[in-house]
This record gives sequence, C-alpha cells and structure tokens, in this order.
Amino acid sequence: MAFPSELRAPRRPASGAPLDVLGAVAVGGALGSLARYGAALAWPGPAATLLVNVLGCLAIGVLMHTITEVVTPHRLLRPFLGVGLLGGFTTLSTYVTDALGLALRAHPALALAYLVGTVLSCLLAVLAGLVLTRLATRGLRGARR
Amino acid sequence: MTALLVALGGAVGACLRFLTDRWVQARHDTGFPWGTLVVNATGSLLLGLLAGAGLFGIELPVLHPLVGIGLCGALTTYSTFGYESVRLIVDGARLFALLNVLGTVLVGLGAGATGLMIAAAAWS
Repeated sequence: MAFPSELRAPRRPASGAPLDVLGAVAVGGALGSLARYGAALAWPGPAATLLVNVLGCLAIGVLMHTITEVVTPHRLLRPFLGVGLLGGFTTLSTYVTDALGLALRAHPALALAYLVGTVLSCLLAVLAGLVLTRLATRGLRGARR
Repeated sequence: MTALLVALGGAVGACLRFLTDRWVQARHDTGFPWGTLVVNATGSLLLGLLAGAGLFGIELPVLHPLVGIGLCGALTTYSTFGYESVRLIVDGARLFALLNVLGTVLVGLGAGATGLMIAAAAWS
C-alpha cells in the first residue's frame, strides 16, 4: 500500500535543509571539532591528525553499516553523528598543512610517508569498520534465532 | 575561550560542508563525490592561507582557533572522503575511486600550497 510521499517524509523548504537537521549537524560539528582540538593539545603535530583521521574513518564504517543495513535510524542520527561529529572530528585541511609543513622543514620523505600512510590507513579503517560491524551484527542475528 | 571559538567555528564549518555538498551533489548525476572534493579544497586553501600568515609571524589569536582549527577543520573531512572512496571501490567504480583518492590528495595539497603562496606574497 502506497502513501503519498508527503505523509512519509517531512517536507523541507525549497532551499536549504530543515532547521533541526542543520542544528544536529552544527552540534555534532562543534563536539567533533572540540575532540580534535583536544587530541591536538595532547599530542602536538601530525601524529594527532593521523590518529583522529583513522579513528574517525573506523567509526564512519561502523556507523554507515549500522544505519544502512542493521537498523532504521532516527532521521537526525546521521546528520548528528556522520555529517557533524565525525565530519567535524576528521580533517583534510590539517592533514594537508601537516604534510606541507613537513616538506617545508626539509623532511620530504616523511611528508610523502605521512600523505600515503594516512590515505591507506584511513581507507583500511573504513573497510574494517564496515566488515567488523557486518560480522558482529550477523552474530547477533544468529544468536537470536 | 579558545575552546569556545573552536566549537563555534566547527559548528559553522560542518553546516557549510553539509549545505555545499547538497548543493553540489544536486547539480550533477555522475556518482562522483564532487561535493566533498569542493569543501576539502576550499578548506585546505583557507587553512594554507592562515598557516602561511603564521609562518610570516602574523599572530591570529582569534582567527586561528575560530577559522583555522574550527571552521577549516570541520569544513574539510577525512571520514566522508574515506567512506565515499571505499563505497566507490565496493560498488565497482574503481576508476572513480582512484581518481577520488588521488584527486583529493593532490587538489588538497595544491590548494594548501596556493594558500601558503598567497600568504607569502601578501606578508613577506
């Protein structure tokens, strides 16, 4: 049985996004940025950026598998956690300036290792998040039966 | 006070990324994540500019935490870039995945270096 789409999806203004979605993105972005700032205070330098980016990528893999395959999420969950918190936590701009800084301080090999190492560990982290969550939730379903 | 500026910049940066991505993704139908590339390039350019100012001894007590750490940090993202790249690989769009990874790193570096050079031209 089909419902008119207006009944299922909240209407959004013709331009922009609903305010509650933007609010969820903003609060998540503020919290994620604070966590990243805290990590940079604890471990100054590129090490903190690498750690933050790999952790954030692992978490987005877990989140995306969970909300696309396991549960039907609240409509503000992805804006808050995915777009806001993890998007605000991880960063490409600091990664880029970290690498440029290393190159300018005459460590070109270290800059290249940092560039390539971050990309590879982050892609593997996303994949690990997706696969591990898939395995974990399969186990749960099996146990319930 | 610094933490407040970081949080404020982070909130604005995340919203700008969300709105820019929606705007860009609604204007093409290729499956390539142009929106994320656009925000990552823009944020890298802006942070390169601020970092360049710092290199030339310009103190930015408010702009650095607000725009550098907060706004640029949250406008750009590694998690969405990583997820979109892995999705492209999993969906079989390997050429797009490769172009996205190489393109994002090279465009980001180019944008950051451009910011540094603009700063050098302005303040050296």
